[in-house]
Amino acid sequence: MDAEAIRLTTPLTDEDVSRLRMGDRVLLDGILYGARDAAHKRLVELIEKGGKLPFDLAGQVIYYVGPTPPKPGQVIGSAGPTTATRMDKYAPVLMAKGLKGTIGKGGPRSKEMREAMMVYRSIYFLTTGGASALIARHFRRSEVVAYADLGPEALFRFEVEDFPAIVVNDIYGGDLFEEGIRRYAR
Amino acid sequence: MREIHCDQITAAVAKLCVEANYFLGADVVQALEGALKRENSPVGREILKQLIENADIARAEQVPLCQDTGFTVVLVELGQDVRIVGGSLVDAINEGVRQGYQEGFLRYSIVGDPLLRKNTGDNTPACIHVEVLPGEVFKLTVMAKGAGCENMSALKMLKPSDGIEGVKGFVMKVIKEGGGNPCPPIIVGVGIGGTFELAAYLSKKALLRRPLGSHHPEPTVASLEEELLRAINESGLGPMGLGGRTTALAVHLETYSCHIASLPVAVNIDCHSHRFKQIWL
Ligand code: SF4
Repeated sequence: MDAEAIRLTTPLTDEDVSRLRMGDRVLLDGILYGARDAAHKRLVELIEKGGKLPFDLAGQVIYYVGPTPPKPGQVIGSAGPTTATRMDKYAPVLMAKGLKGTIGKGGPRSKEMREAMMVYRSIYFLTTGGASALIARHFRRSEVVAYADLGPEALFRFEVEDFPAIVVNDIYGGDLFEEGIRRYAR
Repeated sequence: MREIHCDQITAAVAKLCVEANYFLGADVVQALEGALKRENSPVGREILKQLIENADIARAEQVPLCQDTGFTVVLVELGQDVRIVGGSLVDAINEGVRQGYQEGFLRYSIVGDPLLRKNTGDNTPACIHVEVLPGEVFKLTVMAKGAGCENMSALKMLKPSDGIEGVKGFVMKVIKEGGGNPCPPIIVGVGIGGTFELAAYLSKKALLRRPLGSHHPEPTVASLEEELLRAINESGLGPMGLGGRTTALAVHLETYSCHIASLPVAVNIDCHSHRFKQIWL
């Protein structure tokens, strides 16, 4: 299937996201930011108070991840996705500030989130939950940018290469969860 | 009276925590390979291949299969003729978890207070169950239970008149509502009967049956397991919920006597990262 994968480099542009359709396989290169529930809560509170964010969200992609600690010599420990729906409450606020994509596992995402993805032109990518040792191989760098006190829930900045993902929600309202069940239910 | 020292228990728990997180059981790998042969969704096939490869990498490099290295659930099967010496059993187990999670580079995923939510920094305390048995047996089971799938589990007190159809309906409802969140392909443990808390416990114990996909000795229960597995895989959810034939790798049921007025049913979901190891001391 590798031949069909679409290569993308982050940060993503409007043109990048407009090409993507649900079911597309992609390989991502570039920067991803890593954040889970607690970091999202802080980012959103900061936006609500009008504070300055620790990074510019324009075009960025957030990966929902809380990795295991790296063993000596590793860039990162095991680093698979966490359940995306827990971030549905926060993600639209970040998308309004330019966030172009989120990567996680699980869904379908909430109705509000799906609508916001169409309004703000942002993609939900899925990467395989629990394929965490395999996914870790695509990381070239990893550093904590903020909220180090949160341990595995800190805000990370990663450099990735050929990071494998699938487009679940495109900006046109396509949802691979709905489509998948429609196609395979018997 | 047989004596077992706490240090032995601590060392065993530490080792099992690491092994459970690094080495996926051969029965689970086999089930994934079987599923790959049957799966007809291209995305589903790709996901199953990744999971098999992931298990290979984790084994070869000795790294965690999944970054959610779980809540540590420890089941002690304790012979009544065994005496624990050298300290407290509970402390010995928690010390084993502390050592295992540190030495194995596993993630600390436990908060001390469910409402205040501050990480305990060593993955303790474990969730400990003790079953007392006759004789001198001492068996430890250590499970690393991920939250993504635990969160999609549910319990319902059905009415006796709901019967088998009610049980099937509830199991299917739980699976469908879970969607892709518990990282399908999943393993489904169902506890039927007992009381509210016993049904939940049975559903967890059902997950611990080995080998994966073997059936309950009671033929009516075994056929219900088969029927549910078929129905779950016909739901179309598929790997990661993106469509396909492989939603569950196995359904295990455990039952217990219950009150004339009740029919408790608990559904405990585990993900493909079905991690537990056992040892007899
Ligand atoms: S549900 Fe299982 S495979 Fe998925 S992230 Fe959690 S522990 Fe890992």
